[in-house]
Amino acid sequence: MANIAKGSDGSELVATSDKRLSGKELGTAVVTTDSFENPGLPPHRQRVTDTDPRRLARAARIVAWLFYLSIAGSLFTIFAYMFFPIEDGDTTSLRLSTLYIGLGSAFALLAIGIAAVHWGKAVMADKEGVDERHPVRGTPATRERAIEIFKEADEESGFSRRTVIRNGMIGAFIAFPLPAIALFRGLAPMEVDPNNELKHTFWKEGLRLTRDPTGVAIKASDLTIGSSVHVIPEGLAELPEHEKLDAKAKAAVLLVRLKPEDLNWTSDKRKSWSYDGIVAYSKICTHVGCPVALYEQQTHHLLCPCHQSQFDISNECAVIFGPAARPLPQLPITVDAEGYLVALSDFEEPVGPSFWEREK
Amino acid sequence: MSQKPDSNRKSGRRSPLAIILLVAIGLITTGAAYAMASSATASAEVDLSSPEVIDEGAKLFAANCATCHGLQAQGTENGPSLIGVGAASVDFQVGTGRMPMQANSPQAPVKPVQFTDAQVQALAAYVASLGPGPSIPSASMLTGGDVAHGGELFRINCAMCHNVAGAGGALTEGKYAPTLDNSAAVHVYEAMLSGPQNMPVFNDLNLTPTEKKDIIAYLEYQKANPSPGGLELGSLGPVSEGLFLWIFGVGAIIGLTIWITAKSN
Amino acid sequence: MTVTATPPSGGVTGKVSNYLDERTSISGAVKEFGRKIFPDHWSFLLGEVALYSFVIILLSGSFLTFFYQASMATVEYEGSYIPLKGVEMSVAMASTLDISFDLRGGLLLRQIHHWAALLFIAAIGLHMLRIFFTGAFRKPRELNWSIGFVLFLLAMAEGFTGYSLPDDLLSGNGLRIIDGMILGLPVVGTWISFLLFGGEFPGSDIVGRLYTLHILLLPLILLALIVLHLMFVIIHKHTQYPGPGRTENNVVGYPVLPVYAAKAGGFFFLVFGVVVLIAATVTINPIWSYGPYDPSPVSAGTQPDWYIGFADGALRLMPPGLETYWFGYTWSWNIIIPVLVLLVFLALVFAYPFIEAWVTGDKREHHLLDRPRNAPVRTAIGAAGVMFYAVLWAGAASDIIATHFRVTMEGVINTLQILLILGPIFAFMITKRVCLGLQKKDREIALHGFETGRIVRLPGGEFTEVHQQLNDYDRWQLVSFNDNAPIMVRPNERGKITGSMRRRAAWSRFFFEDRIAPVTRTEHKEALEHANH
Repeated sequence: MANIAKGSDGSELVATSDKRLSGKELGTAVVTTDSFENPGLPPHRQRVTDTDPRRLARAARIVAWLFYLSIAGSLFTIFAYMFFPIEDGDTTSLRLSTLYIGLGSAFALLAIGIAAVHWGKAVMADKEGVDERHPVRGTPATRERAIEIFKEADEESGFSRRTVIRNGMIGAFIAFPLPAIALFRGLAPMEVDPNNELKHTFWKEGLRLTRDPTGVAIKASDLTIGSSVHVIPEGLAELPEHEKLDAKAKAAVLLVRLKPEDLNWTSDKRKSWSYDGIVAYSKICTHVGCPVALYEQQTHHLLCPCHQSQFDISNECAVIFGPAARPLPQLPITVDAEGYLVALSDFEEPVGPSFWEREK
Repeated sequence: MSQKPDSNRKSGRRSPLAIILLVAIGLITTGAAYAMASSATASAEVDLSSPEVIDEGAKLFAANCATCHGLQAQGTENGPSLIGVGAASVDFQVGTGRMPMQANSPQAPVKPVQFTDAQVQALAAYVASLGPGPSIPSASMLTGGDVAHGGELFRINCAMCHNVAGAGGALTEGKYAPTLDNSAAVHVYEAMLSGPQNMPVFNDLNLTPTEKKDIIAYLEYQKANPSPGGLELGSLGPVSEGLFLWIFGVGAIIGLTIWITAKSN
Repeated sequence: MTVTATPPSGGVTGKVSNYLDERTSISGAVKEFGRKIFPDHWSFLLGEVALYSFVIILLSGSFLTFFYQASMATVEYEGSYIPLKGVEMSVAMASTLDISFDLRGGLLLRQIHHWAALLFIAAIGLHMLRIFFTGAFRKPRELNWSIGFVLFLLAMAEGFTGYSLPDDLLSGNGLRIIDGMILGLPVVGTWISFLLFGGEFPGSDIVGRLYTLHILLLPLILLALIVLHLMFVIIHKHTQYPGPGRTENNVVGYPVLPVYAAKAGGFFFLVFGVVVLIAATVTINPIWSYGPYDPSPVSAGTQPDWYIGFADGALRLMPPGLETYWFGYTWSWNIIIPVLVLLVFLALVFAYPFIEAWVTGDKREHHLLDRPRNAPVRTAIGAAGVMFYAVLWAGAASDIIATHFRVTMEGVINTLQILLILGPIFAFMITKRVCLGLQKKDREIALHGFETGRIVRLPGGEFTEVHQQLNDYDRWQLVSFNDNAPIMVRPNERGKITGSMRRRAAWSRFFFEDRIAPVTRTEHKEALEHANH
C-alpha cells in the first residue's frame, strides 16, 4: 500500500482500497492488475459508398449539385436585394426584402454546409487514423536546459543577488499604472458630488404637477377616483433633451386619486402631503430604479414590472411583496389658488435605489 | 438612407414564391382587417335614449345582472353599483363578454359575448338612464389619430401593464392586463373612459378625446402592420426569444452535429 | 549556406506552394497539422458552434458599425417608420432604426447579429457542460477551463453592452437596473455609478462608452483568449471518449485533411445558415415597438436577454425588506446578497477543476473522458449547479410564467424561492442515485451478459432465461473507467493529524464513498464459471 500524501507533521493519507497498485501520482484513483485488457480497435465497418460504386457516384453527384444550388441561392439573394426594395413607410416591403435576402443567403450557406459535410462523410476516404500522445510536459532534457537558462540569466543579470535593483523594479511596476486610475476620475465631472445629486430632484415648492410628456398642468378637479396620471414637474419638458432625461429619471411621479377614507396615514404630516384623496408618489423603484407604474385601482397596489416589488398606496406605499426594502417616497402636494396641483417641496428623502451614503 | 424603388420592376421579375407569399399575406391581412372592421362596426347606431330600448334593457338587466349588481343597479356585496358608470362601461363589459361573470373574481376574463348587439345596446341604454356617465364613443371618435403621438402616449400610460406591443402582462395575485391584439377600437376607448376592473380611469381631462384617438390609431397600426422582422413570438420580448433560441436554434444545431458525426451508411 | 531549390512540380499549385514555402516555411505547419487526428463525436462540436457564432457576430457586427452612431445627442426621428416619426430620440436609437427600416438587408443583419449572440453564449454554456460532465477539465486541461470560463464572462459582457447600444426603452431600463445594482454596492457603489455614467443616470455618455467596450476592448480580449484557448487544444490534443482501441496515449479519429476539414468547414456554413434562416423569419429585439429610452415609461415583461436572466432572477427572488442602516451607512442586502451569491456560484464553477484535483490528488494526465455515470458525485454536483442556475433563470421569467400558466406571480416567486434551496439538493441526490444505478446495471451486464428474452427449459424441468455474453469490444465499454476510492488519514507517530489532511480525507469520502468498482477479470471468470454450472 502506497502513501498518497504526507503532511508536514508526519501524518499521511492512505488509500482504503486494498487492490490498488503503488504510485504517488494516483491519489484516490484505484488501478489494479486485475483489470481487463484493451481489446484494440474494432474491425473497420464499410460504408455503402465503399461497397457500392453506384451509391458512391450518386453521393458525389449530390455533393456537386448542392454546390451549384448554393451558387443559385447566392444569385437569388442578389436579385432579391435588387427587386425587393424597401418602400418608404411600408413595413410589408421591408418584411419581404428581409425575408428573401435572408432565405436566399440561408439557402446558399446551408447548401455549402451540407455539400461539404456529405462529401466528407460519404465520398472522402473513410480512414480512421491514430495519433500518439506524448506527455504535455517537456522532455527531461528540455526542462533541464530551461532551468539552466534561467540560472544563467539570473547569474548574468544578478536578478536574485541585486535585491535593491529588483525591488526597485517591482515597485516601479506597481506604481506606473496608478496614474491611469487617477485619470479615470475624469469620467465624470470634477465639480459634482454624486451624493448631493442623488439627494435632490427637480421638484421644489410651488412647481405645478404636469402631464408626461405634454407638460400640461393638472387641476385637482381633473382627477376622478380611480384615475392615475403620469406626472413630470412644470418646466421639465422645456429642458434641453439630455438634462430633461437626467431630471426625469428622478422626478417622475405617479398621481392617483382614491377615496380619502381608503388612505391610511401614520401621521398628520404625511396626510397633509395629500389633497382630498389625491396622492403623488415617486415612480422610481426603491429597489433598482425601474419605473413602478402598474397601478391597480381596486386593490390600490403598485407593481414594478422589473422585479415584482409591490407597494400599497393605501398605506403610504409600504412594500408588501418583492425585493424592494423601502416605501416609495411621497411628493408633498397641495392645490394653488387656481386649482392646479402644486408641489409643497422637493421629496423629503432621496428617491430611487438605495446607495451607500443615503443616510448621510 | 432610404432606397429608391426600382423602376424596372415588372411582374415577371418576381419569383413565383414571392407571388404565393404575397397572396398569402394579402389574404391574411384582408381577413384580419375584415374581422376587425366587422367587430368595430358592431356598435351600430341605436337611439339609446328611446324609452322602448331602455325598457328592454331594464328587463335584460333584471334577468341577467341584478343578482350581483342589485335590482336597481345599486350594487350588492357581490358587485359594484352601476349608477353613473355610463353606457361606455356596459358596452365594454358586456360587449367583450366579460360580463356576466362566470365567477366573482378581481379578473373578468374575456368570454364569448352572451348577448346580441341590440341587447348590449339596450343594457347600455338602461344603465345610462340611471345616472350620467361616459357614453359609447361614436365611430368618428375612433379614426384618424396621430400614430406617432399615440405611440408615445401608449408607452407612458399603457405599456407598463399591457406591454409595449400590447401583448398583455402580469399583475398581482394572479390578475393580468389582457392582450390588446384582438380588442376592437371602440372597446379600447371605452376601457380608457371607464377603467374596468383594476385598470385606472383615463377620463377626458387626463387623456383628451384626441389623445385617445391617437392611442387607438397606434394600436390599429400595430395590428395592421405585423413585425417587419418576421414571427413575433407573442411579442413577449427576450424571454420568448431565448426560449425560441434554445428550442429551435440549439435544437437544430445539435441535430446537425449528430448528423455530421454519425457514420455514413 | 546555399540552398538548392528543387524545381516545383505540379503546375500552378506547385509553384504557388513553393513560393509560399520559401518565404514562410509553411510546409512544416502542413506536415505538423495536416494529418493531425481529431476524434469524432457530436458533443465535441459544441465548442465549434461557439467559435462559429463568434465569427458570424464579427462579420455582421462589422457591417453594423458602418451605419450605427453611438451618440446620445437628441434628434427628431425622420426615418420611414411611421409610429415614431417626429419622436425625439438619441442618435444611437435613430441610427439603429435607420439600419432597420431604411437600409436594405440592415434589419436582417441586425437580427443575424442578435440571434448569433444568443447562440454564442448558449453554445459556450453547452460546451462547458460537456466539458464538466465528461471530466475533460482534468489535468492537463485545468488552465484551459479557466480561459474558457473567462471567455464565458466576456461573452456575457459583450452581450450586455450590445443589448444597451440601441438606447431603446427595454435596454434603457436594463441599464437603469444595472445602475441601481451598482448604487447598492457598499462603499464604492455611488462613485462607480457616477463615473460609469459620466454623472447622473442616464447622462449622455454611457452609450458611447459601452460602444467602445463592445466593439474594441471586449472583442480584442475575447479574440486573444480564443486564440490561446485553441492553442491549448492543439498542444493537449483533443480528449476522446473511452472505447476499444482508445487509450490515454493515443487519439483515434479522422485526419484534419481532408475529412475533418470538410466536416468542420461545412459545419461553419451550417451554423451560419441556421442563424440566417432564423434571422430571416423571426423577429428579435423589435426596438421600434419599445420606442426610445425615457426614464418614465416601462413595458410589462421587461427582461434581459436569456444569458443575464440568472442574475435578474437572483434579484427577483430576494425576500422583501432586506436593508439595514449600520454606522450611518445604507447596506442594501437586497443587492449585496444576490451579487455575492452569483459571485460564489461563478467562483465555484471557475474553481471546480482545482477542487477536484485537490480532492483526488490524482497527478496523471487524463485524455480519456469519463462517462458521466462513472463519476457519480461530480455528475450530481453538476446537476445541482444546473438546477440552481435554472431556478434563477426561471425567476427572471416569473411574470410570464404566471400569465401563461394562469398562476399567481407571488406563487411562482415563492415556489422558486423554496426551489432555489431544495432543488439543487434533490437534484444532487437523485442524480447520484441514478448514476450509481446505471453503474450497477453496467456491472451486471459486463458480468452476466444481457438478457436475450429467450426462455429455455433445462433438463431438470426448470425454466431459465438465456443470457448472452458481451463481445470483448462491448464489454470494454463497460469495464474501462476510472475508479476512485476514498482515502483515510493515518496519524504520525505522535498521534497527530493536520486539519488539511483531515479535510481532504473527508472530501474524498464525500466524493467516493458510494462506489461501484469496475468488473475485474477474476470476477468475470467466476461469473462465467457460475453460469456454466
